Amino acid sequence: MNPFTTLDGLVAPLDRANVDTDAIIPKQYLKSIKRSGFGPTLFDEWRYLDVGQPGQDHSKRPLNPDFVLNQPRFQGASILLVRENFGCGSSREHAPWAIEDFGFRAILGTTFADIFFNNCFKNGLLPIRLPQTELEQLFLQCAGTPGYRLRIDLESQTVIRPDGHVIRFDVEAFRKYCLLNGFDDIGLTLRQADKIREFEARRRIEQPWLFA
Amino acid sequence: MAQTLYDKLWSGHVVHTEDDGTTLLYIDRHLVHEVTSPQAYEGLRLAGRKPWRTGSIVATADHNVPTDGSDLAVADPTSRAQVETLDDNIRTYGALAYFPYRDKRQGIVHVIGPENGVTLPGMTVVCGDSHTSTHGAFACLAQGIGTSEVEHVLATQCLLQKKSKSMLVRVEGELGRGVSAKDIALYVIGQIGTAGGTGFAIEFGGSAIRALSMEGRMTLCNMAIEAGARAGMVAVDQTTIDYLRGRPFAPRDEQWDRAVEYWRTLKSDDGAQHDRVVDIDARRITPQVTWGTSPEMVTDIRGQVPAPEDFADPVQREGVARALQYMGLTPRTPIDQIRIDKVFIGSCTNSRIEDLRAAAKVVQGRHIADNVKLAMVVPGSGLVRAQAEAEGLDKVFKAAGFEWREPGCSMCLGMNADRLDPGERCASTSNRNFEGRQGAGGRTHLVSPQMAAAAAIAGRFADVRDVV
Repeated sequence: MNPFTTLDGLVAPLDRANVDTDAIIPKQYLKSIKRSGFGPTLFDEWRYLDVGQPGQDHSKRPLNPDFVLNQPRFQGASILLVRENFGCGSSREHAPWAIEDFGFRAILGTTFADIFFNNCFKNGLLPIRLPQTELEQLFLQCAGTPGYRLRIDLESQTVIRPDGHVIRFDVEAFRKYCLLNGFDDIGLTLRQADKIREFEARRRIEQPWLFA
Repeated sequence: MAQTLYDKLWSGHVVHTEDDGTTLLYIDRHLVHEVTSPQAYEGLRLAGRKPWRTGSIVATADHNVPTDGSDLAVADPTSRAQVETLDDNIRTYGALAYFPYRDKRQGIVHVIGPENGVTLPGMTVVCGDSHTSTHGAFACLAQGIGTSEVEHVLATQCLLQKKSKSMLVRVEGELGRGVSAKDIALYVIGQIGTAGGTGFAIEFGGSAIRALSMEGRMTLCNMAIEAGARAGMVAVDQTTIDYLRGRPFAPRDEQWDRAVEYWRTLKSDDGAQHDRVVDIDARRITPQVTWGTSPEMVTDIRGQVPAPEDFADPVQREGVARALQYMGLTPRTPIDQIRIDKVFIGSCTNSRIEDLRAAAKVVQGRHIADNVKLAMVVPGSGLVRAQAEAEGLDKVFKAAGFEWREPGCSMCLGMNADRLDPGERCASTSNRNFEGRQGAGGRTHLVSPQMAAAAAIAGRFADVRDVV
């Protein structure tokens, strides 16, 4: 996993609530047995005017000019502004894979669905929960400022606006540690292998039917 | 101190806790299917690791498989690659049980777990599928996980997570005629919203829940995720124990007695504190129909499509306007005037034998309306299908003009050939009415099996209480 330390990036706004993972990456692309290559089909049904299929050359498909990420001013964006309950629905990790593969490294919203939120951290993608008033300001500033950029510093847990305003955010210490260092958490967990074995041995005695 | 059911399940599985509360939680049962596991096994292989305990793994192919029974192989090459990759991975690494495509016990992972007794009270259950919450009906801590977590559980038998808050949804009173567990689920989501349960584990309690069968409880817990909660659960009672007795993987003899003694402790203690309590009067719940593109966009069969201006919040208002446009609906249209094109009875929410019996009772001796292009019944598993055939339900459905299919996830998510065409409107017993969920441009209305059956007969939504 790529570490996340600081990010200075162009911001794109996705101004709709309850964006579900079916919208983030439609089902036909879940048939892949790989983790990469999902970027071209991120938000597929909103982004293109036709219905896409896996294996197709997506660069030749007709773009929906009304969809925000197709607008020239947001090309190269790495920070996505979203509304509440982003990432609801299916547990498909293809959703954060697609967002990351497209080029985003951070998502700023008010609330995220639990499984999606968790999946982001496993893929070097930082979802940040902000107060509604702060987020509203970011949407307004982004709409009114071509080339609007933000700076995110994970170490100090801050989002810094171009006008110098600093927004602090919370992140769980363990997730922060893993993300800052790009750690594979399986490796970290396996350091506790003795404890797992001990727990398992006890469980085998107490509830043997679980090990039949 | 008095503990909630969630407290008990959580504390019983803690292996290790970090300073910030991040916990290594031991996993008893790992359910695996073909869509979210290939990358996890690949990761394991690349890192030179092996599964920690293959005896915890139960696998099946469900998301991709065809249901029309026309061919023995999966025709779509990409779907076939996933199904074959699962075959290979299970063959290489092993599992407690594998129900591959065409096996008579194959089916939707959340149907086959309980019916085979591989889901047992007190377990932690995970699967790379958000509807894993289903298994909470057995007083399990059952959660959907992402593929990285599938790999983590394969490699370590543990999940890393922080404890959620606890919510009690208490449904008291008797359900009215024609009202099912699905209607409770949709009604609750209508009340608390699709993000209402975010950050919570939900326990469903109260007399209306205790009166539900295990299948009804599974339907309800299945949709906890649609309320935003990763886990839903119901305490153990006699209904739970009666359901499990004699299941193939349930304990037997002396072990059964020991297990039952422990299982009976799996309920919230008197006086246990939940972080939030939601009280619902069962008598207020009527047959529900969704009208929008989120499960919280739901109303009563006697209701009508709302207008955006009914909503005060501007983001919500815009969401409603967008949903109505997508759904092709005009504000103030009575729900029972909405005509449908297709009917889907199936999915991990509503494809068990009781669901099929309830739907068959409605269609018995009737025929689907002329405007219904396709009505299909997709049993949740091979065993459900066989049971239904033994009871003659297949004949009832076929005589009424329904297609009788092979088991799988089918048109709940349209990963196989079963899907809606753009603009088609479907009465569906599944769990998600998101844009494009059942096929690009498709329009989904979520209902109970009884209500889907009534809609098939009427050609539009109809109050099942007027039919039966």
